[in-house]
Amino acid sequence: MSSVLYDAPGPVARRRELWGSIAGSVLILVGMFFAVRYAAGRGVFQLDRWDVLWDPPKNQSAATVWRSLIVQGLGATLRAAALAAPLALGLGLLLALWRRVPNVWLRAPAIAVVEVARGLPVLLVMLFGWLGFNMQPFAAVVFGLTLYNMAIFAEILRAGLAALPRGQAEASLAIGMTRWQTLVLVELPQAVRTMTPSLIAQLVVLLKDSSLGFIIGYVELLRVIQRNTQFFGAQYTVALFVVGAAVYLAINISLSQLAVRVQRRGSRRTAGKIDQNDAAAELPAGAVVLDPSGGLDRGRGRI
Amino acid sequence: MDLFFDNAPTLWSGFRVTLQLTAVSGLLALALGLALAALRVAPLRPLRAVSMLYVELMRNTPLTLVFFGMVLVAPQFGIIPPLGFWTAVLCLTLYTSAFVSEALRSGINSVGVGQAEAARAIGLTFGQSLRLVILPQAVRTVIPPLINVIIALAKNTSVAAGFAVVELVATGRRLGQAIPGEAVTILGGIALLYLVFTIPAGLLATRLEKKVAFAR
Repeated sequence: MSSVLYDAPGPVARRRELWGSIAGSVLILVGMFFAVRYAAGRGVFQLDRWDVLWDPPKNQSAATVWRSLIVQGLGATLRAAALAAPLALGLGLLLALWRRVPNVWLRAPAIAVVEVARGLPVLLVMLFGWLGFNMQPFAAVVFGLTLYNMAIFAEILRAGLAALPRGQAEASLAIGMTRWQTLVLVELPQAVRTMTPSLIAQLVVLLKDSSLGFIIGYVELLRVIQRNTQFFGAQYTVALFVVGAAVYLAINISLSQLAVRVQRRGSRRTAGKIDQNDAAAELPAGAVVLDPSGGLDRGRGRI
Repeated sequence: MDLFFDNAPTLWSGFRVTLQLTAVSGLLALALGLALAALRVAPLRPLRAVSMLYVELMRNTPLTLVFFGMVLVAPQFGIIPPLGFWTAVLCLTLYTSAFVSEALRSGINSVGVGQAEAARAIGLTFGQSLRLVILPQAVRTVIPPLINVIIALAKNTSVAAGFAVVELVATGRRLGQAIPGEAVTILGGIALLYLVFTIPAGLLATRLEKKVAFAR
């Protein structure tokens, strides 16, 4: 887009851009240098503040530390997400189908459920489970994640179904399939395939939200990191935090990349050319939407 | 009902903190997000790279981790952020600005290239085509996703409850723990206070989006 707006840069403009780029890089590098020097001045990079990762004090072995971080911490995070994701997907599918009921009054409850579940902070829903219904923290985390994401999944699937050309359902009814067969054999497979990138991108959100368990006392990655710093001493906070952040980033960025790749591969096997803009228009707030420009537009998502 | 009247001052102060968090971080995030989006289209590659890196990192980090870093890790660097409200504002701003930037960028990208080409072809200058053709269309496309970002921000302020800010959810937790028998009622009241804002704003965004889609 921006390339259309200016005339193509001539030699002078190009030289100016080059010098600007060099000046910008130097500025950034100098800024980074001072930040690093400042941090080094505080002793952040001294080995004895990182050795908890390979030679921890207090007679603990590195294996114990890593086991607590990965098996106990990350394990708990993934367990909550792995249980909540299929539950949310199943319930979301149910809601999406319920919203297609022709009668307005029969459809209303599904709309209400989606609107309410989408409008509440996930943490508040977790508190409902924890304090309101006396659930264990694990159950409360799964409860919160499921309730919120089922609403989003419902909206994504609904948009996928709405974006299908009408001819698909008409043709399938015309050759004598029942409504149920039409849905299961013709419409859903295509809708799911179109919306797979959005569904994967929503998994990133789900995984991110599982960290809210930290606040209601579910022992997940962040809590394990905090416990480790309390046990070994605050000087290890930076090292342990870096590990935690790296774990989250590695998982989430891979998932995001997967979503982008699936999207690029596109909907070759679905009927017609699905206009992503139409699909986006069908999706209300909170949903993760495909960006016509190619990237995933999570600006609309619950963030 | 008495339950709510008895605790009205507590609830009100929680509600006010949530509103303040949303408003202050919302405005700051809009400003920072605009700057990031501008960097993202800057002709200088290093600036583009920095903005892109920042947005990618923030989008793939849980907000809880941002809070965790600011409250527990920053002091290790000798930076001690003021506990409570302003730390929350800082975290929410840093986090939300990435999403604001993405919303702005995709809004500008959604204006057809043909519009820019046509504007240039009839002899409008860079400034004119931006001011008269591109931005008026971009603003309309950008507003619904921006509303959604603000809705998400309003819900995200609840994360501050875990880090020493007594906003709505923290109020709910406190009251719920104090009066266990009535926890569901209290949390229901809190939920209502969120829904009063999120549902109308969501409907508004959807409606605007439909309008924009038609206009395009």
